[in-house]
Amino acid sequence: MRRIDLKRLLLGDKNADRVVPPSGFTAQLTLFAAAAMAFLAVFAMALSLASGRLAARWGDELARSSTIRIVAPLDQRSAQTEAALQILETTAGVAYARALDAAEQQALLAPWFGADLDLQALPVPQLIEVIEEDIGFDAAGLRLRLAAEVPGAILDDHSRWRAPLVAAANRLRLLGWISAVLLGASVAAMVTLAANAALAANAQVIAVLRLVGATDRYIAQAFIRRFTLRALGGALVGTVLAMMAVSLLPEASDTAGFLTGLGFQGWQWFLPFLIPLLCALVALVATGAAAQRALKRLA
Amino acid sequence: MIELENVAYSYGGGALLSEISLKLAPGSFHFLTGPSGAGKTTLLKLCYGALLPTSGEVLLFGDSVSQLERDDIAVLRRRMGVVHQDCRFLDHLSVSENIALPLNVSGRPAEAARDDLTELMAWVGLTHRAAALPPELSGGERQRAALARAVIMSPDVVLADEPTGNVDWEMSQRLLRLLVELNKMGKTVLIATHDLSLIRAAKSQVQARVLRIANRRVQLAGADL
Repeated sequence: MRRIDLKRLLLGDKNADRVVPPSGFTAQLTLFAAAAMAFLAVFAMALSLASGRLAARWGDELARSSTIRIVAPLDQRSAQTEAALQILETTAGVAYARALDAAEQQALLAPWFGADLDLQALPVPQLIEVIEEDIGFDAAGLRLRLAAEVPGAILDDHSRWRAPLVAAANRLRLLGWISAVLLGASVAAMVTLAANAALAANAQVIAVLRLVGATDRYIAQAFIRRFTLRALGGALVGTVLAMMAVSLLPEASDTAGFLTGLGFQGWQWFLPFLIPLLCALVALVATGAAAQRALKRLA
Repeated sequence: MIELENVAYSYGGGALLSEISLKLAPGSFHFLTGPSGAGKTTLLKLCYGALLPTSGEVLLFGDSVSQLERDDIAVLRRRMGVVHQDCRFLDHLSVSENIALPLNVSGRPAEAARDDLTELMAWVGLTHRAAALPPELSGGERQRAALARAVIMSPDVVLADEPTGNVDWEMSQRLLRLLVELNKMGKTVLIATHDLSLIRAAKSQVQARVLRIANRRVQLAGADL
């Protein structure tokens, strides 16, 4: 079979479209399967994009901030805090450092102890927020200096818990894309099965078409167009439904965590419209290959 | 036009046809006869490129089928009208759409050939059945529709395989008259049939060459026909 006539495939031919008999239930199943796959693909895409955003946020923002806790008796806390701040001022790679005031520390603890917490009644350490420059600082060196001059200081550069979180988010993003690829492969398999069944069921139709001078390209195009349009239509419906469902998800918020940030943002809302086009492309290639095999077998 | 040179055809290890040499000259009229299973349909299929010879050469309008791509043979087939005993229609299309099918597959819009189609439907007496579906037709109507479909592209050659096999005597005579009429328009006609009475009836209307398949070979039939 030589190259497919793309112009005829896109524009269609009313008479050519009619030579393949309507296949009723099989057609509905193909439409449904394409719609379901597209629906799932949109969610896989949303999950993948959200995971990507999360990984980037954790990777960029948290990597640039650290915390120093001053755990010292109450009468030494101010002096040690001051000493730690002086060390930070002379540490290369530190952009900015400041001690949290009592109100900020109280706000941090409020979710657990309530807003009326008396900080003086609890052995709460003093927190120092450290913002790094792009080049970062030497965490090991800073620890050594703090150990020598501020015995109650503990540096937490977040790397202990940030690294696995970023890795998990990246894995989740990868899984999302793998799911999308698997869904595409499933569309190809489903369309191939349906096209093979249709070609086998229409062997008599193919024989008649050949008898009256139809080329393999003409016959293949009639089937390819049928299945491509079905996959495109089904996937379009599935995509639109999934986008409606995604738009109904709660919007991202700092307090509600990852699950509220699953939707698309900005230009990403256009990305799902690639799914029906990809489904149609997959159907075109799958039906083309199935038709080529079937027509060779039936020759 | 169509030429077979020392053609042999085998299937499943057994030789069905051998040493077949045949030339269908423009405007000639041929009958191909022989008992059932002798290979008439196989020979017809070789003539329109549906089968490739095991050995020898089949020339369609000067081109060897063995050297042609499937699509090239399909294009050449538009210059040949084929009528099958079982007619072979697309049952989901109306009679007129089936007759117009060769126009569609060759890229000629049926609308442009509407007059030809109307004239052809009238010629085979099926104007009143244009919108019917093939399963609704009688045996004779199906054969006439198949004949109309075979000639709508104004082919150079008409090949008919037992065209009167499923119809009564009166209808077979009507079909024969249509085929003779086509021959008088300059078309080459080859009819495969085991119906000797049809051949006898044709002899009074047209100068026909009668070929018989016997022992896997084609020979010119004697005066006993």
